[in-house]
Amino acid sequence: MSPFLIQLSPKDNVLIVARSLAKGERYEIDGQTFTLQEPLGLGHKIASTDIGIGEKILKYGAPIGSATASIAKGEHVHLQNMKSDYLPTFTLDDEGEKYSPNK
Amino acid sequence: MMRVKNTPQTNNAVKMSPCPDAYLRSDGRKGIRNQILVAYLVECAHHVAREITYPYREKGAQLIGFSGCYPNPYSFRMMSQLCTHPNVGGVVLISLGCEGFDRKALMEEIRKSGRPVELLIIQETGGTSRTIREGRSKVEAIIEEIAHVPRVEMAINELIVGTVCGGSDGTSGITANPAIGLSFDHLVDGGGTAIFEETGELIGCEHIMAARAATPELGRALEACVGKAALYYSTMGHGSFSPGNADGGLTTQEEKSMGAYAKSGSSKISGIIKPGDIPETGGLYLLDVVPDGEPRFGFPNINDTAEIAELIACGSHLVLFATGRGSVVGSVISPVIKVCANPETYRNMEEDMDVDAGRILEGRGTLGEVGDEIYEKILHVASGGETKSELLGHQEFVLTYKTFDPAIPMGPSCFPNDL
Repeated sequence: MSPFLIQLSPKDNVLIVARSLAKGERYEIDGQTFTLQEPLGLGHKIASTDIGIGEKILKYGAPIGSATASIAKGEHVHLQNMKSDYLPTFTLDDEGEKYSPNK
Repeated sequence: MMRVKNTPQTNNAVKMSPCPDAYLRSDGRKGIRNQILVAYLVECAHHVAREITYPYREKGAQLIGFSGCYPNPYSFRMMSQLCTHPNVGGVVLISLGCEGFDRKALMEEIRKSGRPVELLIIQETGGTSRTIREGRSKVEAIIEEIAHVPRVEMAINELIVGTVCGGSDGTSGITANPAIGLSFDHLVDGGGTAIFEETGELIGCEHIMAARAATPELGRALEACVGKAALYYSTMGHGSFSPGNADGGLTTQEEKSMGAYAKSGSSKISGIIKPGDIPETGGLYLLDVVPDGEPRFGFPNINDTAEIAELIACGSHLVLFATGRGSVVGSVISPVIKVCANPETYRNMEEDMDVDAGRILEGRGTLGEVGDEIYEKILHVASGGETKSELLGHQEFVLTYKTFDPAIPMGPSCFPNDL
């Protein structure tokens, strides 16, 4: 596994990015190599295994929400493919203008 | 989580007494600072109070106040606990004259604590300029008086430390928060008191937390406490989650919660307190910040500063603040130690940060080392060492309306003093 990817608990299905990564950077999980399609900030999550729709996302060994799409190993896990099991997450749009709940 | 043995505590005599020069108050409490508060009792008195305070900022004068015109038991209790905080030497109250705040009762509470207190009513004193003039002479008199407060030694088991996180990102929960948790473990092992809070940021970890309760009753109360927060936030339509959290890689409330929860360390949880309750014995306490009953008056805490004020009202001598995105706040009354979770933020905002916890991510230190550094920093600041936010003059303060139902006490099982 690439040294800048951290697994917080062996139960987890996501890895944490320990430094900001540029588009096109390569990273490795279990001997498989991936290329980043978009830049990714420090602290973001990457799937360490394939995750099906509705499956729990595990970080710190604890559920932090569910997948809303099927997520492939190596993919960025965030608002576009997972949601809270408790409360909707409100975010600003790309222009930093509209404040709305994440579907 | 593993406990890290705290070697510095055992091999250095100074460390056994975190504050060799604490301020002994007439009520027996010990403080690590000697502030003079100028407190406005309605927004209409804010300007006058600020003008009174300003020339004495370097001499320990600080501004607090309550903006609302309508009385509210929560805000009264907060003001009362803040004005009689051990870091406070004396108080000047500034009233407009027609507001609803019970100024006489507040004055009586402060007087009973043995602290010098003065009250100026703008409408009776004769307007802005006269009140500012009289207020300044009263501040000068109090500065003179409290310069002679007895100085005594203060031990770890007399120290109360609160913790809060703000401007969190994906690094907060893996560096700063668990490192603060380790420093809390050291503090509690030494007999000190540690307070963590923001029940809305514990949504999703209630069952894990309940398992650490000192008694099964307390465990159920911890779950109920978080349940109340979830209901309250659902009614508000928002969790305790800001757009910046998502930019920082956090996706959900429960993900943020797990990270926030790490600040509590691994000690047994001794009790639940509400704003203004002061733990009577050492140990780890959860501060329940979410109002009781039907949601009224809006969000439980409108910002990080509101949470810091509540931790201080519970007696916190100082506050540990974990930030990833980079908060710059400090506080009145009690120093705030900022623990920066993100190494990129630290490089960008070093002048505001006391501890570089993000170095863990770059292999420049371990969690245990950062935990020890935070504990050392607690002792340093308790001994008079200034924090970055103190040096930069930060004195944020905010107090809003809230409702806590005295008919829903936490009960003896939730506040077991005999543990």
